[in-house]
Amino acid sequence: MEALSEFFAMGGYATYVWTAYGLALFGIGGILLISLKSWKAREREFTALRGPSRQ
Amino acid sequence: MHKYANPTRFMKIANTVMPWTTAIAVICFVIGLPVALYTSPPDYQQGDTVRIMYIHVPAAWLALMAYMVTAGGSAVFLIWRHTIAHVIARASAPVGAVFCALCLFTGMLWGKPMWGTPWVWDARLTSMLILLFLYLGYIALGDAFDDQERGDKAQAVLALVGSVNVPIIHFSVEWWNTLHQPSIVTMQGLTINAQMALPLLLMVGAFQCFYISVVVIRLRAELLSAKIRVARQNLAASGVPVAAE
Repeated sequence: MEALSEFFAMGGYATYVWTAYGLALFGIGGILLISLKSWKAREREFTALRGPSRQ
Repeated sequence: MHKYANPTRFMKIANTVMPWTTAIAVICFVIGLPVALYTSPPDYQQGDTVRIMYIHVPAAWLALMAYMVTAGGSAVFLIWRHTIAHVIARASAPVGAVFCALCLFTGMLWGKPMWGTPWVWDARLTSMLILLFLYLGYIALGDAFDDQERGDKAQAVLALVGSVNVPIIHFSVEWWNTLHQPSIVTMQGLTINAQMALPLLLMVGAFQCFYISVVVIRLRAELLSAKIRVARQNLAASGVPVAAE
C-alpha cells in the first residue's frame, strides 16, 4: 500500500505529473475519437447518397 | 514519386501501413507508460517532474513533424497540383495542433515547479505558441471560403509561409539566450542517461505511430467528403432533390 501511495505522490509533484498525463490522455483520446467519428459519419452519408442513385 | 499521387494507390499503401502503426503505437504505450511513470528513476534535480518530459518532448517533436508534413504537402500541392498532397496536409494539421497544445500545456506544468513560472516570453516558448496559432489559422481557413479551390490555395499558402517558423523553433535555443534547455539529441548522440532515454524513445515511437494511424483515418474521411461533394453535384445535375447539408 505504501509503495502505491508513494507512486501516486510522485515525490510531491503529483498535481503536475498527473495533470500532464491526464491532458495527454484527453488530447490523444480526443483527436482519435473525433477522427473516427467523422470518418464513420461520412461513410454513412456517402452510402446514403449513393443509395437512391443506384435504384 | 508521381505515381503515388493517385489517391487510390496512395490509400492502398496507407491502409496497409495503418494496422502496423496502430499495433506499434499500442505496444509502445503499453511498455512506455509504466517505464515513464514507474520504473525510470527520478531526476536528481527535477525529481519526478522529469516524467512530464516523456510527454512534453515527444509532443513537441510531433507538433513540428506534423507541421512539416502540412507544409510539405502544401508545397507539392501548389507546385504539381496533386490534390492528395493537399488532403494529407489537411489531415495532418489538426493532429499536429493537438500535440502542439499538449506540448505547451505540459511545458507549463513542468515550468511552474521547476522554473517557478509556467510561462516566460522567451524565444522557444513564443515560437511554439506561434506554431499553435499557425495550426489554428490553417484549420480555420479551410472552412472560410465558399470557393473550394480558392480555399485550398489559401490554406496551402498559409502553411508554406508559416514554415519559416519551423527552423526558428528548432534553433531558438541556440540563437537566443533562452530559459529553455538545449536539445537532448545532438550530432554527438543523446545527452541524457539511458534509463531516461528508454521511456523517451518509447513515447516518441508511440506518438509518431499514433499520428500516422490517425492521419490515415482522417485521410479516409477527407476523401469521402470529396466523394460526397461529387455525388451531391451529380444528384443535383440529374434533377433529384437533395436535402441540404
